[in-house]
Amino acid sequence: MIGAMLHEAWRAMGANRLRTLLTMLGMVIGVGAVVLMMAIGQGAQYAVAQTISSMGSNIFVVLSGYTSTGGVRSGSGNAPTLNVADANAIAELDGVDTVAPVHWGSVQMVYGSNNWNAWVQGTTPSYLDARSWPLAEGASFTDSDVRAATRVALIGRTVAQNLFGDENPVDKTFRIGQAPFTVLGVLAPKGQNLEGRDQDDLVVMPLTTAQRKVFGTPFQGSVRQILVKAGSAEAMPAVEKSIEALLRQRHRLRDGADNDFTLRNLTAVADTAAETTRVMSLLLGAIASVSLLVGGIGIMNIMLVSVTERTREIGIRLAIGARERDILTQFLLEAIIISVIGCAIGLFLGVGGALLANQLAKMTVVVSGSSILTAFGVAAGVGIFFGFYPAKKAARLDPIEALRYQ
Amino acid sequence: MTEAVIRVEALFKAYDTPAGPFPVLKDVNLAILPGEFVAIMGPSGSGKSTFMNILGCLDRPSEGRYFLSGRNVAELGKDETAALRNRTIGFVFQGFNLLPRMSLADNVALPLVYSAIGHAERRARAQAVLDKVGLGRYADSLPSRISGGQQQRVAIARALVNRPQLILADEPTGNLDSHTGEEIMQVFRALNDEGITIVLITHENDIAAHAKRLVRFLDGRIVEDRPTLSLGLSPASGREKQTFPPLPPAGEGTGERATS
Repeated sequence: MIGAMLHEAWRAMGANRLRTLLTMLGMVIGVGAVVLMMAIGQGAQYAVAQTISSMGSNIFVVLSGYTSTGGVRSGSGNAPTLNVADANAIAELDGVDTVAPVHWGSVQMVYGSNNWNAWVQGTTPSYLDARSWPLAEGASFTDSDVRAATRVALIGRTVAQNLFGDENPVDKTFRIGQAPFTVLGVLAPKGQNLEGRDQDDLVVMPLTTAQRKVFGTPFQGSVRQILVKAGSAEAMPAVEKSIEALLRQRHRLRDGADNDFTLRNLTAVADTAAETTRVMSLLLGAIASVSLLVGGIGIMNIMLVSVTERTREIGIRLAIGARERDILTQFLLEAIIISVIGCAIGLFLGVGGALLANQLAKMTVVVSGSSILTAFGVAAGVGIFFGFYPAKKAARLDPIEALRYQ
Repeated sequence: MTEAVIRVEALFKAYDTPAGPFPVLKDVNLAILPGEFVAIMGPSGSGKSTFMNILGCLDRPSEGRYFLSGRNVAELGKDETAALRNRTIGFVFQGFNLLPRMSLADNVALPLVYSAIGHAERRARAQAVLDKVGLGRYADSLPSRISGGQQQRVAIARALVNRPQLILADEPTGNLDSHTGEEIMQVFRALNDEGITIVLITHENDIAAHAKRLVRFLDGRIVEDRPTLSLGLSPASGREKQTFPPLPPAGEGTGERATS
């Protein structure tokens, strides 16, 4: 029975080939747009998630205050208001996982005939933990290197390429000014951060080495920032409050006085970025869904025309014994076939378009099995939803009236 | 006594119009026994087509009872009347009503689709009835490739394919010339000889003369119900036109269509 009906649906569609194809085109465009937009939206979300995880998760940055000289104020991180003792105190707080004091600056490095200017982070070995940053080659420096202020360094991939070219940098020695530094390891590449800065263009060395032998500082033990990693995302608000209270107490700030440090929640920045891309991909999906809706309305329109055109045929079928549900099934089947074939073609084009966007525009796209299944489900749903009313109309025809219809 | 194929009792039918109910059938009583061949005649608007639609379970009476093979049709649901139309009744229409995009075999097999019969059997039975009406070799042609008389034969084959007890024909020769009409009537007579009950509407006395019984409608009532003179005659002599005296004038134009 269903075989005969499929055959008839196929014949009816074949009788108006151009019309069927145009109706299908509506579905093709709708489904193609949904698949493509979902791929792009999910790709953007994936890219942001990658960037966020490259920053390390559940991270606070405490920046030291600014200096003010004759009304001219420097940016955060320039006044020597934070020190290693602050960092050690923060490490004792509940909910804090890892703490890394950081002293930074930029330096000119020389190796053979190459030279390169890079960002230096003087810190403790826990810095790599806090940022979940593995090494690609070599090994990290240790706490004893920090105590002894040895001239060792870890370098990022960008620095390695610019300074050492094709050579393996591990155990090589480069110079900062006249002082030689030994490369202990190369950091795994992380790519750009949310602001688009290259995170691999950096050198990590022991805090004491940076303070005493590279930048020099009049205030022994002062650091520009402290990286704090909370134990969990849930603990972050509490940890933020206790860090602030602790530092105000340690810095002996009176009630009402401004903080002499700045506390930044990097996860909040990340959340904003994630939320932005989520909204963007929802928006893309919504716009694409509108074209799917338009495709569905196209099916309904054509099915209504088809029912009117075939009124007499429906009358004949009813007269020779078709039940209402036979007529309903026949027209519904036609609508579903149109939408499912349209969906399959749309899926093909959508995935093709996504791969093309990936190849030509270097866009991150994610084509997931769930989005393909969703598209198919939606197409069958559209066929049933928009095919039902015309099919019901056909099934409800009065056979006598229908037979008289010219 | 054998049970009547068709028995209607005190049948009334009125259509709702803006000016109130418009009566079309007024107290119609009729019984048709198995194997009868009944011609229904009557002027336009006399209610004969409405009566035919009720007999065919396409329409329902306003009042009165209709028994088809002993079953009260008013008590049946929509699917059951659909099954009656499918298996018990075969329809033949004035305009042939074949589906233009289907081959003759597919057209003939269509009622079997709604009886849930498999493809191979559908094909075999369609071929068998097409052979019976003499069009077996055109099974794969489209209806537009054959003549009107041939199309009506195909329509008869379609009516026969599910082996009905009863064939209802609404002016089956109305669109055909008189010679072709005669041929179609020969087909009906042959079927009647096999025991199938036939009820047909016609305007033409020559066509009605092929039947065994004549029922005449006027103004929603049966005004005449008598055997035709062909009854008891051999089919061969029955074909001779001059065998029949002219029937009483029906008072209608030949060009009109059944629109009652």
